[in-house]
Amino acid sequence: MAPVISVSGLSKTYASGFTSLNNINLAIERGEIFALLGPNGAGKTTLISIICGIVNASAGKVAVGGHDINAAYRAARSLIGLVPQELHTDSFESVWATVSFSRGLFGKPKNPALIEKVLKDLSLWDKKDAKIITLSGGMKRRVMIAKALSHEPQVLFLDEPTAGVDVELRKGMWDVVRELKAAGVTIILTTHYIEEAEEMADRVGVINKGEIVLVEDKAKLMQKLGRKRLSLQLQHRIDAIPEALTPYHLTLSGDGWRLAYDYDTKGERTGITSLLGDLRAAGIRFVDLETKQSSLEDIFVSLVSQ
Amino acid sequence: MNLRAVGAIYKFEMARTWRTILQSIVSPVVSTSLYFVVFGAAIGSRISEVQGVSYGTFIVPGLVMLSVLTQSIANASFGIYFPKFIGTIYEILSAPISHVEIVLGYVGAAATKSIVLGLIILATAGLFVPLHIQHPVWMLSFLVLTAVTFSLFGFIIGIWADGFEKLQMIPMLVVTPLTFLGGSFYSVNMLPPTWHSIALLNPVVYLISGFRWSFYEIADVRVEISVAMTLAFLAICMTAIWWIFKTGYRLKR
Ligand SMILES: Nc1ncnc2c1ncn2[C@@H]1O[C@H](COP(=O)(O)OP(=O)(O)OP(=O)(O)O)[C@@H](O)[C@H]1O
Ligand SMILES: [Mg+2]
Repeated sequence: MAPVISVSGLSKTYASGFTSLNNINLAIERGEIFALLGPNGAGKTTLISIICGIVNASAGKVAVGGHDINAAYRAARSLIGLVPQELHTDSFESVWATVSFSRGLFGKPKNPALIEKVLKDLSLWDKKDAKIITLSGGMKRRVMIAKALSHEPQVLFLDEPTAGVDVELRKGMWDVVRELKAAGVTIILTTHYIEEAEEMADRVGVINKGEIVLVEDKAKLMQKLGRKRLSLQLQHRIDAIPEALTPYHLTLSGDGWRLAYDYDTKGERTGITSLLGDLRAAGIRFVDLETKQSSLEDIFVSLVSQ
Repeated sequence: MNLRAVGAIYKFEMARTWRTILQSIVSPVVSTSLYFVVFGAAIGSRISEVQGVSYGTFIVPGLVMLSVLTQSIANASFGIYFPKFIGTIYEILSAPISHVEIVLGYVGAAATKSIVLGLIILATAGLFVPLHIQHPVWMLSFLVLTAVTFSLFGFIIGIWADGFEKLQMIPMLVVTPLTFLGGSFYSVNMLPPTWHSIALLNPVVYLISGFRWSFYEIADVRVEISVAMTLAFLAICMTAIWWIFKTGYRLKR
């Protein structure tokens, strides 16, 4: 199936001369949840802003639902809902009015029942007549989500949607996202909470210094993440791994003081017991041991620290 | 045409007017009444007729124009500057709407507001001096045309401005002097020849002259020239806005 968003050769150089995106190529599949990760200033917001029509690209092409974002901006933008990172809201409008305004702006006929559902899903129903200025930060963010959902987008951009939202409401928000996904909506989200990406995303993309450095299925990533490493600090240094231990594919540190064993936590058996028995048989003693699980965070840090 | 979007913006802007009703309607009415007390009653009683009408009556069209000009600019410039300032412009830019539709919404609302205001001021004036309007259709046409043109002009200022001083600079330093010197309170024909020639460089003279003609059939310049000048200014503003959207000037980074 054709991707719902295709970005090719996209670059952005701001008027200041700063290049914040450099030749981005990316395809977002219909109906997936795509988590875009990257450190501050990586270019996540810039990328989203270009796709949504807020920032002009310097080079490259973007199509949403097969519609070019410039030549067919109307068709492209009608599909998109955007929840920007910054809290931009009117102050004196009521929640109901501002959410209805968004729907009108996207050319959709009035639908009070839908707006009621959106507000209820986001726990905003009791605030529907409140002026926005009287809401807390987390409530304002949910108002912005409600605005984006009011016009029934097929593609939803959530630029750090959970920043400043408390734990319970964050869970509620993810329920809304899951429900949208079930209804066929494609979701692109950025977050600095990596567990969030781990929990929600179908695919993960990492962007650093304006370049995409990794796009991977989360399941595949998790396979890598499912591995653990057992490190043994030896009592006496050894020069080589004894023949009898070859099946374990151990690695010996350069100085000969440490042995490492990689194993799959999800496997039937980890092989640790027999390894320890065989070590003893080979006369290798150790003074300390530690196990460590690699996380998405490790992968992320190693990718962006280059 | 995404008429619902135009409607949404228009409604939003009009709602803003209702929230600030005091500032939007009441203060111009009060200041106009003050003009009448000062110029119409106090000073006007010492001035004989101007071109066959009493001074109080003579200044009515100019006063209406004065408010319509300044309010059109103020409303439209603020209307678009504010979303830029607080960031809600993101929603306008990311919505499936064309530039024409954005302008229709914002400028339409600003113009509506100043037309209503102009009519309220006219009614207020009627309380002070007897009014008669020879060409009501022309009067309304000039009113609408001026409101639209200067709302467009205000829209341009709102996009150009990147701070509140700039937002107020053009209206204060350019528009207000031009309106005061544009014959609101006198006929430019009363000026000595040199000043008269200079005054004719002021576009506002043509607006006020045409508008006054629609009331009393007295004018400083021929009414056809007034119409042509107004339309020319309208065309200039429209071209400028077309260019702004085409290049994304100060709207998109
Ligand atoms: N208007 C602008 N003019 C010049 N540079 C800009 C502009 N907007 C953003 N940048 C720069 O572009 C780079 C990318 O910014 P962007 O907002 O896309 O980062 P981000 O990945 O969203 O970061 P964060 O996680 O902090 O939100 C940054 O270095 C930023 O300073
Ligand atoms: Mg960002």
